[in-house]
Amino acid sequence: MNNSLKIIKYTFYDTLRSWWAILYFMFFLLVTGGLLYFSAGFTHSVASILNIILFIVPLVSIVFGIMYYYNSREFALLLMAQPLRRRQLFLGQYLGLAGSLSLSFLAGIGLVFLLFGSMEAIGLLLMLMFAGTVLSFIFTAVALWVGVQYEDRTKGFGIAILIWLFALVIYDGLFLAFLFVFEEYPLEKAATGFSILNPVDLARIMVMLRLESAALLGFTGAVFNKFFGTVSGIAVSGFAMLLWVFLPLQSFLRKAGNKDF
Amino acid sequence: MNSFGYHIILLLFTALSLPAGNFAFAKDLEVCNTCAWTSIKQAVEAAEEGDRILVRSGIYYENSITINKKISLSGKGNPVIDAGKMNGIFTIDKTDSVLIEGFILRNVEVSYRKDFAAIKVFRSNYCIIRNNSIENAFFGIQLEKSDYTSVLENKVVGEAIKEASSGNAIHLWYCNNASIEGNYLQGHRDGIYFEFVSSSVIRNNRSTGNLRYGLHFMFSDNNLYQENTFSKNGAGVAVMYSKGIEMTGNLFSDNWGAAAYGLLLKDITDSSIRRNTFSGNTIGVHAEGSNRLQVEQNTWTRNGWAFKIMGSCDEVKITENNFISNTFEVSSGAARAGSNVFDGNYWSSYTGYDLDKDGSGDVPHRPVKLFSYLLEKSPHAIVLLRSMFTDLLELAEKVTPVLTPEFIKDENPSIKIIKW
Repeated sequence: MNNSLKIIKYTFYDTLRSWWAILYFMFFLLVTGGLLYFSAGFTHSVASILNIILFIVPLVSIVFGIMYYYNSREFALLLMAQPLRRRQLFLGQYLGLAGSLSLSFLAGIGLVFLLFGSMEAIGLLLMLMFAGTVLSFIFTAVALWVGVQYEDRTKGFGIAILIWLFALVIYDGLFLAFLFVFEEYPLEKAATGFSILNPVDLARIMVMLRLESAALLGFTGAVFNKFFGTVSGIAVSGFAMLLWVFLPLQSFLRKAGNKDF
Repeated sequence: MNSFGYHIILLLFTALSLPAGNFAFAKDLEVCNTCAWTSIKQAVEAAEEGDRILVRSGIYYENSITINKKISLSGKGNPVIDAGKMNGIFTIDKTDSVLIEGFILRNVEVSYRKDFAAIKVFRSNYCIIRNNSIENAFFGIQLEKSDYTSVLENKVVGEAIKEASSGNAIHLWYCNNASIEGNYLQGHRDGIYFEFVSSSVIRNNRSTGNLRYGLHFMFSDNNLYQENTFSKNGAGVAVMYSKGIEMTGNLFSDNWGAAAYGLLLKDITDSSIRRNTFSGNTIGVHAEGSNRLQVEQNTWTRNGWAFKIMGSCDEVKITENNFISNTFEVSSGAARAGSNVFDGNYWSSYTGYDLDKDGSGDVPHRPVKLFSYLLEKSPHAIVLLRSMFTDLLELAEKVTPVLTPEFIKDENPSIKIIKW
């Protein structure tokens, strides 16, 4: 346990020391700050901030995650020669990495909120923070999982970007195609199911239901609200989010544990 | 004094002296705790044609006061009449030219069998209802088969919770030439309800926070409504099955909810919509089965959908309007052109250019977004609202339009916001 903490601490500070974390922090500070500065208030620009979070957080998490994995390979090899369990080593690496990325994100957006936000919007801010943090943890896990699968860096990067693109764009395209193919059927449940399966969609819808624009969602929105308003709905979506963290992470740890480096 | 005024005075004097054969002068009956009359009902029964009843301030627990002679009732110092949840309060029954003013009317009974109202006008013409404040009533002011009635400067505030157990603030049924002006209506089922009403004017009213519609029109032809504010009503304003309606200078705002409209037009013909503002509604205007409409110089801002025009509309001319910051500008489920025209409007999402500097863009504007077109086909696709995919799709469609309906377009989009 002590060793694991040391690894977390090391990775955490290692990441924070690098330019990436600073840039990431600055990016959120400037972009959300700019948006809030030029818009009427926090609630008005939440939709734009949400879009930026959904775009940037998975991208940076996945790219930085896989880069960090490849770059720290030699160091990981060195540590593996020490009396350390591999699971501790890699779990520590993951937690440090995801933790520092989340921290940069939270600090960026939180600082802006302290400057421009108002107390009424605190619920929305927490929602955005939650969505961003979960997405960081999910996509860092995915990045490490891709890294351990492919020795070849180029291939690894390619696959990682593809996964990001899939979650952000391609999935929604398939979703839309599905809705059109089966338009004669009642699709409320299918639509709910589809959006739970993709963490990016899930995060977007959970925030949107709390925005004014929820009214635009019409009866589909009503179905969603009904679902996400119930205990089982929250439980199911929370479980789906956790599953998205757990599955790639577990897969990564298992693979890394058995791999002949 | 000029000669015109002199003639008027003379005329009035003659008019007043005409019924002098029956009684010499109209008299005043005062009602208060210490007056000759302590009950309004008794005073009304005792009054004769042409008398004035002056009610001094105080609380009167009375209901079902029937007025069947030409008298005027004036509240002085805001007297309160509390029906104590029993029946209605005033009923003007088959009597013309009655005036009711200056009362505070409270607690009319809610009934599922009878339409109790604070003031009911039944088969009576030329009545005036003004400056009353009606609180917690089932129906506020109800006019039936009465012509030339004026309802002015009243405040009707209800506490409606459910549509089924609430009435309308101002309710007109089979009336002509009514004028409804300067009223404040809140917390009822419908703010103003018109059924079989013609040649009437609705002006300067504020209808807000009603459960269903701020204004509800059915089978009512040739009416004018202008300078009203309809905000935060459950479903906005509905105008249905009528022709010759003029809607001018109204504000429709914040009708926001899953089933809310700024203005719902259903089977409206030969009407005009001018200089109105639609702001912050889920759907600004929803037009269905409506023909020959002139939609001019209106402004739409911050609506979900600014204008939903269904395939059943024809010859709707939408010119010189401003469409500013709406999520969707125009949406249409139609696969045909119809004869609807969009021309010379300002669109805040227009990305064209104006090289010849004539004030209108050189490339046409297509206000139907691809996504709103897709939504008409598959409403569930709304869950993809604000997703990266739809943004990309929109971008691709803008560069090379293949899917969006070609026929809905503005050939001369204005470059600047239109002012008038």
